[in-house]
Amino acid sequence: MTEAGATGPAQRPEAQRGAPPMRPRQRRTAPIVPPQALAGNALVLVIAIMTFLSCLTLGAVTLVNDTAATWQTQISREATIQIKPAEGLDMEAALAGAAKIAGGFAGVRSTTVIDRAATARLLEPWLGTGLDIDELPVPRLVTITIDPAGPPDFAAMRQALTEQIPQASLDDHRNWVDRLVAMARTTVTIGAGVLALMLSATVLTVVFATRGAMAGSGHIIEVLHFVGAEARFIAAQFRRHFLVTGMKGAAAGGLAAAIIFLGFSWWSSRNLATPEGDQAAALFGNFAIGLSGYAGVLVIVLAVAVLTAATSHITVVSFLSDLDARQSDG
Amino acid sequence: MGPEILRDVSFQIPERSFQFLSGPSGAGKTSLLRLLFLSLKPTRGLITVFGKERSQITRRDLPLIRRRIGIVFQDFRLLEHMTTYENVALPLRVRGRQEASYRSDVIELLKWVGLGERMHVLPPVLSGGEKQRAAIARALIEQPRILLADEPTGNVDPTLARRLLRLFIELNRLGTAVVIATHDLTLMEQVEARRMVLADGRLDIYD
Repeated sequence: MTEAGATGPAQRPEAQRGAPPMRPRQRRTAPIVPPQALAGNALVLVIAIMTFLSCLTLGAVTLVNDTAATWQTQISREATIQIKPAEGLDMEAALAGAAKIAGGFAGVRSTTVIDRAATARLLEPWLGTGLDIDELPVPRLVTITIDPAGPPDFAAMRQALTEQIPQASLDDHRNWVDRLVAMARTTVTIGAGVLALMLSATVLTVVFATRGAMAGSGHIIEVLHFVGAEARFIAAQFRRHFLVTGMKGAAAGGLAAAIIFLGFSWWSSRNLATPEGDQAAALFGNFAIGLSGYAGVLVIVLAVAVLTAATSHITVVSFLSDLDARQSDG
Repeated sequence: MGPEILRDVSFQIPERSFQFLSGPSGAGKTSLLRLLFLSLKPTRGLITVFGKERSQITRRDLPLIRRRIGIVFQDFRLLEHMTTYENVALPLRVRGRQEASYRSDVIELLKWVGLGERMHVLPPVLSGGEKQRAAIARALIEQPRILLADEPTGNVDPTLARRLLRLFIELNRLGTAVVIATHDLTLMEQVEARRMVLADGRLDIYD
């Protein structure tokens, strides 16, 4: 073997003639997986949007679920005695009597006679203000607060009431409760279905968006593979990069949803005594997402970030397998 | 499965040897290098690398074996988001070594290949010859036992081609076996070395 004009490290074949002196390093070591300007931002945006929508759906389902439970418990906690006016009936005495009879039953926590003023207020939306309740034959009410854990014997109470006050009738809200329970169950089932669809859509979108963002990374995986990087090293680099990307997007989406929830709670608390607030409260109960709702948002954010990282891991591993398969095809 | 590109090929690359692998375009030079680099599996036949038969080498073994083989790709395969320095240091970085432990070695090697002033430049700014030298430096940084170079002078002018050849010769003198795939006759005429000529899928060796 012969060679011409060999040089060694000490001799430096390429003398830096006339070159400026070497500058110190000006930047941090580049990450192995490059920050992808366009595809990376698009991925963060897609993840943020899908996380936001999933969290909103979760919040809405939590709200409906809580409200349905509230409807059910509030109504089953109460029963009403209605006393219709009749000739010669001393209404106040009948109301007091009914309250006393009902109060004597085990399972009754308290009884409240709805007084004249309150009755007038109840009728105000239909009959207007300035109503003189004594001029009208208006039925009067006694509300009974019951112990939901050990409700009283309504049949016995009904019998006792009608025996002593024939104008009295007891409404234990059974029909309402049954209907509301059915409606609440349907609403919660629909909500769970919508949430399941939304989460499935999020999973698929995140998986495909991550794979799309990785489409241009094949040459990096190949070079790393050829310079002797182990598969787990390559996978770990991509996993870390996409965990951060996923976390950025998911946190942004989750935060936006949490801000919306907080905004609604704030609006709801500010409008507590206004017609708008009452309307919302009538529909949704206390318009606020509980702690479980926020915990759900956190779970979704973490799950989306982990999903993004897992997708990148699987993509790297399958790319390396394909690389080996191609090798054997060659 | 396509047509057989190489057949009845039998040869050995001795330690510390220097050889050219030549032949017309499409003769299978790159395929043969890829077989030696273990990035291609033979459809039949035996390949033994560092005493281990190819079929016994698992996916897990590949990275460890590749660390002992330096390869210079025809298309360089530098990572464009990394500087020359970072590209050359990549094989050490993927082994988990701390930068402080290899920094001076990488700088020394970059100076040796004439890229001392270009070490903080990104590949898109480098000329073809500079990219070629960066790719060679990356292949050499782990002091491989064998260096495979695919058309290493294909993108450079004759003067630079001679300089690169001198680099390979010096590397060989330091103990690395070198295989240079080329169809550049002028380059081969500059050195008296073993020639492996591929034609029609067959290999003729001229010692």
